[in-house]
Amino acid sequence: MQAEVDERTAAEHGLTAEEYRRITDRIGRVPTLTELGILSVMWSEHCSYKSSRLHLKKLPTRGERILVGPGENAGIVDIGGGWAAAFKIESHNHPSYIEPFQGAATGVGGILRDIFTMGARPVAVLDALRFGPPDDPENGAANRRIIRGVVEGIAHYGNCIGVPTIGGECSFDPCFSANPLVNVFALGVFRQDSIFLGSAKGLGNPVIYVGAKTGRDGIQGASMASAEFDEDSEAKRPNVQVGDPFLEKLLLEACLEAMRTGAILGIQDMGAAGLTCSTAEMGGRGGVGIEIELDRVPQRESGMTPYEIMLSESQERMLLVAERGREGEVLAVFRKWGLDAVEIGTVTSDRLLRVKHGGSVVAELDTGFLSDDAPLYDRPHSEPRRTAPLDGPVLSEPSAADLLAGIEALLASPELNSKRWIWEQYDHQVRTNTTSGPGADAAVIRIKEASVSLAMSLDGNSRYCALDPRLGTQLIVAECCRNLATVGATPIAATNNLNFGNPEKPEIMAQLVESIEGMAEACRHFGTPITGGNVSLYNETLGEGIDPAPVLGIVGMLEHMAAPIGTCFTHAGDLVVLLGGLLPDCQGDELPRRFGSSQYAKTLLGQTWGLPPTLNLEHEAGVHEATRSIVRQNLAHSAHDVGSGGLAVALAECCFGPEPIGATIAFDTNQPLLCAMFHECPSRVLLSLPRANIGEVVAIAASLHVPLVELGHTGGSTLTFGLNSTTRMEAPVARLRRIWESSFEASLEAQ
Amino acid sequence: MKFGVIIFPGSNCDHDALYALTHNLGQQAAEIWHESEELGDVDAVFVPGGFSYGDYLRCGAIARFSPVIRSLRRFADSGGLVIGVCNGFQILCEAGLLDGALIRNQDLRFVCRTVDLVPGTLDSAFTSACQPDRPLRIPIAHGEGCFFADKATLDRIEAEDRVAFRYSGNNPNGSSRDIAGVLSEGRNVLGMMPHPERACDSAVGSTDGTAVFRSMIAAAGKSLRHAG
Repeated sequence: MQAEVDERTAAEHGLTAEEYRRITDRIGRVPTLTELGILSVMWSEHCSYKSSRLHLKKLPTRGERILVGPGENAGIVDIGGGWAAAFKIESHNHPSYIEPFQGAATGVGGILRDIFTMGARPVAVLDALRFGPPDDPENGAANRRIIRGVVEGIAHYGNCIGVPTIGGECSFDPCFSANPLVNVFALGVFRQDSIFLGSAKGLGNPVIYVGAKTGRDGIQGASMASAEFDEDSEAKRPNVQVGDPFLEKLLLEACLEAMRTGAILGIQDMGAAGLTCSTAEMGGRGGVGIEIELDRVPQRESGMTPYEIMLSESQERMLLVAERGREGEVLAVFRKWGLDAVEIGTVTSDRLLRVKHGGSVVAELDTGFLSDDAPLYDRPHSEPRRTAPLDGPVLSEPSAADLLAGIEALLASPELNSKRWIWEQYDHQVRTNTTSGPGADAAVIRIKEASVSLAMSLDGNSRYCALDPRLGTQLIVAECCRNLATVGATPIAATNNLNFGNPEKPEIMAQLVESIEGMAEACRHFGTPITGGNVSLYNETLGEGIDPAPVLGIVGMLEHMAAPIGTCFTHAGDLVVLLGGLLPDCQGDELPRRFGSSQYAKTLLGQTWGLPPTLNLEHEAGVHEATRSIVRQNLAHSAHDVGSGGLAVALAECCFGPEPIGATIAFDTNQPLLCAMFHECPSRVLLSLPRANIGEVVAIAASLHVPLVELGHTGGSTLTFGLNSTTRMEAPVARLRRIWESSFEASLEAQ
Repeated sequence: MKFGVIIFPGSNCDHDALYALTHNLGQQAAEIWHESEELGDVDAVFVPGGFSYGDYLRCGAIARFSPVIRSLRRFADSGGLVIGVCNGFQILCEAGLLDGALIRNQDLRFVCRTVDLVPGTLDSAFTSACQPDRPLRIPIAHGEGCFFADKATLDRIEAEDRVAFRYSGNNPNGSSRDIAGVLSEGRNVLGMMPHPERACDSAVGSTDGTAVFRSMIAAAGKSLRHAG
């Protein structure tokens, strides 16, 4: 067992010479191999946040509705009436590249455990996915295999366990070909007086292991997630865990039932770094020690070493501390559900994580040293990496045919086409709470217990963040909150998933820092504290980093349980109104430069340049307030955020309801027509409303100093534009819709 | 009327059924654990969707051996009303209470969407409240919902007027003869892939699913009056 441990062994475990010295200094001896393994995962980027912690402190984390902030398994917010919601987002990027189906499936399993570990019943899942383009000339086939695998994996796990997948987003760029991003958000609901924390307490209390047996799968997964990919990454396939949603369903039901006995004092799931992380963190949070006996751990295979048992990431396992004398009640519940539940150790007073195997101590480390004293780096950061030029091609004035071609190309692009192929594979209706499902701007579920609804929006935009991570991230926060406003919801809290490249490169570290600072400012402005999240760094393959891809998940509240209005036109003869104004952010010659960040530039002109659209936080908040007010007073039939693809694409999307309805749109502008149609300036919401309501709507907008433009009216079977009284263009809705609906599946079938 | 809802390890539409039956239809409903030897004093049994026992081996293949299925078979044999939805339908087929089998969807993908159903007959305890010319909008959510039987069995089912529902318009899973739900020979057992319990509340879409339960309530009322 006492294999030689030295600086070289430490380096193989991803620990630097300095980190290794810190260990030997602190414990006053050479660590055992098991101890080195434990330290290497606890101090990995994934578990310790050593590169990001310093900057994460800049984020707002407090608010009147926040019951539990960062540091626990999930954040918790007050949703009224004695009820609470726990939610969090987590990435499973690296495993999903190596083995897409299992990587994505276990990503769902992991985040669900984070939620029910706290005592909440999971009621919603959303996911943010980033892939290489399915039609990429070079990597298309590999990308399509990853897309299919990831979607099937998410469906497999979520559908089986019976938690609806109600929304999310899906985006494409060649930089994700060898490094797809799979970020899964989950939300659960429970009573405020039944919150369970991952903390050990009570000397002599039993430490109980529950769930799947421990196998050799996923060993060192957390360390893998903290390194770049190279040619040998394929060999890491055995590091990917295998999930069993049926077992997790039993674990979910059994845990919630066992919690009701009142005999459980603390509980934590075994996620990254399995038994190591759960014992160290529970001991650390409780300020106590934990002693465990590895021979008692249920094992799937024989001959496992202490190193392997401690570092295994076998799925569907939990660790809990029960009240001594009442462990029988807890064990009985797990027996009822046919699950392994074994006392593997006790809570001690010495603050040490002591691991025994075959009668001898194989590891003995201070729990505080493992978690709280992990290295903290203030990594150097320079100017954010940027490869795009500031100025792009001269834009020529488009003909009507050019504009139409632009709309069609955008609706067909993987970025903007319908993702029905994806979300129809997810059960988005189970639990009969989904009042606004996939395809909408915001997903909404009713919470029957509390007589309220919760709205959720997941968003990212690596296209913007590659050009300006600070502004790009602010635009993401703004879009999430705008999405919530379209269903009438007030944002209350947020979770973030920071997907970046190698933080040891100053220009990448700068992206991370800028993004966090931008997020902090925007989240403060919109009153959405960050309650926790996930940092995924080292998203690089062969030295090539991904574009910065922070993802926000923001939760909003509605004080009723009725279904909100949708994004699509519902009545012919309604007025079409643009709240926020035509091009509110455009001054002088800034516009062509800002237009370089649009999806139009990327898809039609094949390049991006310049900067993201400008964002005025005050103005944006006014648009949200006006939208909420209009929606809550039932003055509009539909509300849709103007996002990627700009006004033209947003208008087309509004026509694609279950009963397609066209529109006649006319406006004059002194800006370039291309920009008027496709620029993506934020702070805009498209409404359709009965003519009779226009007076009230105008009054609401005026009272909040929000510009409002009447664009036209709904009706007919074509989307018709009359621009500057000179350009006229007509597109049959059926044709646009066919392009939009069929393109994604067609691109997956390409050979 | 009192419904019993069976809960297997892995059932996940059990809550939805209990909620719809009690809150939307105002009936009584009780949970029945899969290890129960007795069903209790219920007037009808609902076998819910989900992934019973993980659907290892084959959907419903393990559930058929559970203790509760023995009592369910006795209940059905004596004329009790049984409705199996989605995984419940698969279990009833595996248990031999219904003809045919459910196999992988034709395009090999799980599909969740709302479909149009037309009743195949109004002469049953599950469809009497339907209207012949008005399709029901009811959600489906399954990966293995393609109804399959040999030609002779299909001919017999049709000859005996035992098709409860057919998909109207698009057949979402490749089911033989568009069959979405079938009745047993005694007409007291129904299996269907679409989820009527998900279509009982206007807040989450359609209320067309209530037609199935209203039919059952009417049938139970008749038999009670008859017995009384």
